Amino acid sequence: MIESRDWSSRLSPSVQSIAPSGIRKFFDIAAQMKDVISLGVGEPDFITPWTIRESCVYGLECGYTSYTANRGMMELREEIAYHYEQEYETRYDPATDILVTVGVSEALDLAMRAVLATGDEVLIPEPCYVSYQACTILAGGVPVSVPTKLENEFRITPDELEQYVTDRTRVLLIGYPNNPTGAVMERADLLAIAKFAEKHDLLVISDEIYGDLTYGDEKHIAFSSLPNMQERTILLNGFSKAYAMTGWRIGYAMGNQAIIAAMTKIHQYTMLCAPITAQLAAIEALRRGEKYMKKMVAEYDRRRRLIYDGFTKIGLPCFEPKGAFYIFPDITPSGYQDEEFAEELLKAEHVALVPGSAFGVCGAGHVRCSYATSIDKISEALARIENFLAKHKKT
Amino acid sequence: MKEILELLEHDARRPIGEIASMLHRSEYEVEQDIKKLEKDKVILSYNTVINWEKFGEETVTAIIEINLTPQREVGFDAIAERIYRFDEVRTVYLMSGSFDLMAIIEGKSLKDIANFVATRLSTIEGVTQTRSHFILKPYKKDGAIMNDEERDRRLVVTP
Repeated sequence: MIESRDWSSRLSPSVQSIAPSGIRKFFDIAAQMKDVISLGVGEPDFITPWTIRESCVYGLECGYTSYTANRGMMELREEIAYHYEQEYETRYDPATDILVTVGVSEALDLAMRAVLATGDEVLIPEPCYVSYQACTILAGGVPVSVPTKLENEFRITPDELEQYVTDRTRVLLIGYPNNPTGAVMERADLLAIAKFAEKHDLLVISDEIYGDLTYGDEKHIAFSSLPNMQERTILLNGFSKAYAMTGWRIGYAMGNQAIIAAMTKIHQYTMLCAPITAQLAAIEALRRGEKYMKKMVAEYDRRRRLIYDGFTKIGLPCFEPKGAFYIFPDITPSGYQDEEFAEELLKAEHVALVPGSAFGVCGAGHVRCSYATSIDKISEALARIENFLAKHKKT
Repeated sequence: MKEILELLEHDARRPIGEIASMLHRSEYEVEQDIKKLEKDKVILSYNTVINWEKFGEETVTAIIEINLTPQREVGFDAIAERIYRFDEVRTVYLMSGSFDLMAIIEGKSLKDIANFVATRLSTIEGVTQTRSHFILKPYKKDGAIMNDEERDRRLVVTP
């Protein structure tokens, strides 16, 4: 289009204040290369299990093409409630406490808009998922970054949070198991955070999209299952990661009646409802998808051990990640900054990964590697990274 | 041990070092375990699933239903052994239902298999009847889909 003037001055100030996601920076270079091995993908390499896909196809054949209730199909909300009762012994009323959304991304946006007044502060432990800051700003809030550290395996502690609390702090937003670090919070860690939230009367938005992807003996703990936490928690979850359903865009939020009603109000005016086809598939995922999910988790676990072993041997320090499908090695021994490392590695060895600083300032010096890719590709990528360090390491 | 089997079941060519890394164990331990599994005949053989048609080699496969007269003391086992010892016979199962043994037979041509069934199988003492079903088109074999169009469609970098 030939434009007669520059329209950028007419954009909303809050949108202008947000930087575009740093994660797509290398996308253009990578997209042109032929033999790229990507460890930069934040989604499963599995295709949605057939039984789930088939239920959607069947639904279309039966003519399921309409709107659903704003909150989502009752059948789906009942399955979600049943799942949480079985897994975490927490009870949510499907009629009032659950809202089905277009992925956790929408749920997060709704939660922020439902609870924030202009100028309210949100504590956000970093490194974190790329949308946390932006969603806060778009909802009129002020994001307050709280750095976490490699020596704590990127867990957040009340002491660290205390340093950033003010009288405008309203919300604590946490995402464990964590993207990009693979960190998890154990029961004792979470109990300390719960106490902190109670002390300062904060709402806790807990993004648990990777909850089913935890490894080792420690099972995931839903934040709302901690004593007295259910009513002050907005729990976000979805089907994308556990059931390999990223493109279906289906998630949900659970919380107290008032907040879920407020979120539903925004949802009904902006989204109306999540697609019925994705809701049908989600019902099938909860009813019959568990064994496929467990199989995928077992496979991620093997890859996790392989890639952790690989980075340890190469000599890039990292802690053993216990959740999600990411590992977050420290690349400072290479002599590069993380962005430079990612760019040079891509150019020299055609391995794509994401610089840690895309996930917050304290992510600098690290890179995020996704192991949601085949064993062969992981092995090849590790060999290429080793080769890169041998040839291009700065001394 | 179980995890080693699960890994090898899907890819028998996995390097020992890779398996060791994935299981957080030493290469030596993994090697010993595999040796033991082979010795105990838990691992029977390492095969390759081949789409021969794609290679241009015409092979014919037939599923043969076999009815038997069971023998005193050994039941069906002795006759089954006489059948499974033939190289042409790839698989043999004892079945419930309207027939006793199911044998899967591979040959170069239809005539080849017909000949084998007529002269070798049906003449075995105790075999009372055979019914041959020729395979027209394989869609999925030992868990592998023949012409799988599913592939990785993800973008190179996503959040």
